[in-house]
Amino acid sequence: MSSTELTSTALEPAETTADSSSDVSDISAGLDALETQTVERTPLVRVFTGKVLPPLIAIALVLVVWQLAYSAHLKRPDLLPSPLDVWNSLHDQWLQGTILSVIWTSLSRGVLGFLISVLIGTPIGLLVARVKPVRAAIGPILSGLQSIPSVAWVPAAVIWFGLSNATIYAVVLLGAVPSIANGLVAGVDQVQPIYLRAGRTLGATGLRGVRHVLLPAALPGYVAGLKQGWAFSWRSLMAAELIASSPALGLGLGAQLEFSRENLDMPGVLATIILILLVGIGIELLIFNPIERRVLRSRGLLTARR
Amino acid sequence: MTALLTEATPVVDTAVRLDHVTKSFGRSSAAHVVLDDISLNVAPGEFVCLLGASGCGKSTLLNLVAGLDQPTSGSIEVPGGRAALMFQEHALFPWLTAGQNIELALRLRGVPRGERRAEAQRLLELVRLGGAHGKRVHELSGGMRQRVAMARALAQDAKVLLMDEPFAALDAITRDVLHEELIQIWNETELSVLFVTHNVREAVRLAQRVVLLSSRPGRIAQEWAIDLPQPRRIESAGVADLAVEITDKLRGEIRRHVQH
Ligand SMILES: Nc1ncnc2c1ncn2[C@@H]1O[C@H](COP(=O)(O)OP(=O)(O)OP(=O)(O)O)[C@@H](O)[C@H]1O
Ligand SMILES: [Mg+2]
Repeated sequence: MSSTELTSTALEPAETTADSSSDVSDISAGLDALETQTVERTPLVRVFTGKVLPPLIAIALVLVVWQLAYSAHLKRPDLLPSPLDVWNSLHDQWLQGTILSVIWTSLSRGVLGFLISVLIGTPIGLLVARVKPVRAAIGPILSGLQSIPSVAWVPAAVIWFGLSNATIYAVVLLGAVPSIANGLVAGVDQVQPIYLRAGRTLGATGLRGVRHVLLPAALPGYVAGLKQGWAFSWRSLMAAELIASSPALGLGLGAQLEFSRENLDMPGVLATIILILLVGIGIELLIFNPIERRVLRSRGLLTARR
Repeated sequence: MTALLTEATPVVDTAVRLDHVTKSFGRSSAAHVVLDDISLNVAPGEFVCLLGASGCGKSTLLNLVAGLDQPTSGSIEVPGGRAALMFQEHALFPWLTAGQNIELALRLRGVPRGERRAEAQRLLELVRLGGAHGKRVHELSGGMRQRVAMARALAQDAKVLLMDEPFAALDAITRDVLHEELIQIWNETELSVLFVTHNVREAVRLAQRVVLLSSRPGRIAQEWAIDLPQPRRIESAGVADLAVEITDKLRGEIRRHVQH
């Protein structure tokens, strides 16, 4: 029916069979060269003007507005300190040598709590994602838990565990485990069925299928869940330290915030808030974003977004 | 003693045997019969093309042979063990490089760690992609992906290769090149190939035998033995003549449904 459609071909007819094999490899090499393109990395200058400069400008603007509000005496200076007052407060803490130990107290708790949450949340997420009855039973509870602000758990935890580290970790876990588990569930749900079927034809069934196909395929969603899990860990930790502060527990950022408030030390309060922000963002920028970008880039999921 | 041995081993005269296979989807009351009483043998080393209109159940049939789904009735035998399956989309794992995709198939087959790398490289060279070991899937062109997928299927070392319209999404020139590569690989190995397509010329270009499936329900309508010598060219007169004959029959099959 369509004998004319294909006959006007761009290829020279290969008459002899001896030549045809090298012909094919030439043609396929040519086609490959035509079809593949190399992705160039963005130069450093462009990274600076595109990614680094805008947030710096935004921060500078906030500082300017803040300074103007201070200079215009919108509030009493002890209620609204100047940026410089806050800087001095940070500087004093640095000179006293307390700042690093305070950050370390909180950071180590946050990281430990997060790691425990990963260990608990990952199997829960896998079970919910892959076992139908488990999903029906605790799937809704898991997503419901995510909408409870973790500060709501603090009173309960204090009653159960008193003013102890257990209280703090309980609150962190209750905040982070659901979001890590949910991230993994979402990641598994987004896995294209064709990968699972391809895995099965290759012989990746049962646990081998989970290890070689399901988990790597679900990794982008899992990493997104981990990132969110860290944010929840950090927030929950601050809530717990703020409320369950006691000298016996050591001085973390949340507790320092509470002491500054008791001393009516507004520069100290603002300085601590800035530290909490910096640690939270710092971990995200230094650890989670590079991991996430690597995962996405290696799968070709980042190039389209530019 | 040798005579005794040959008697003891069963004569393997088939690579794939489908015996009165029926497949329907849905509940028995409102079942939708997709494949109806299909009996088909693929001999060892044979190249069979399964031809049919869209939706006639070709993929369903391959899934059954691959063991991804169970027939409603009838039986399917693949005496040589699990068949390799090449999907319409490449189905390569995007979290692995081209070479790692193949190495994973080798690993799941039980090839020791030390041998995987070299074997993967050999398979890549077989599909003329010797330099692509470290390339990510998204860095490859469509034709290269299908070739890596072919290499991964070959890595299973299965006796039977099932191919589900593997070249349907490619342009005519690339497809032509891959046809030639596939025939070369098939010549060099003892593979039995069951190749699904809805492209009549492709079927005649490749197969020793073309099996036409009717639609709704899928039944075997007719078979053709293609004895044109390989290598064939898709635009040659011999291929075109047979394609016309088969296309007419295919159209007749499709027209049958207008009367209903
Ligand atoms: N899991 C399923 N559940 C219900 N119906 C299905 C299922 N899989 C396939 N079908 C039906 O079976 C019929 C055949 O589908 P199949 O995918 O095998 O067709 P095909 O011949 O491969 O078509 P194409 O050439 O378009 O790929 C279709 O009508 C489809 O709707
Ligand atoms: Mg199909």
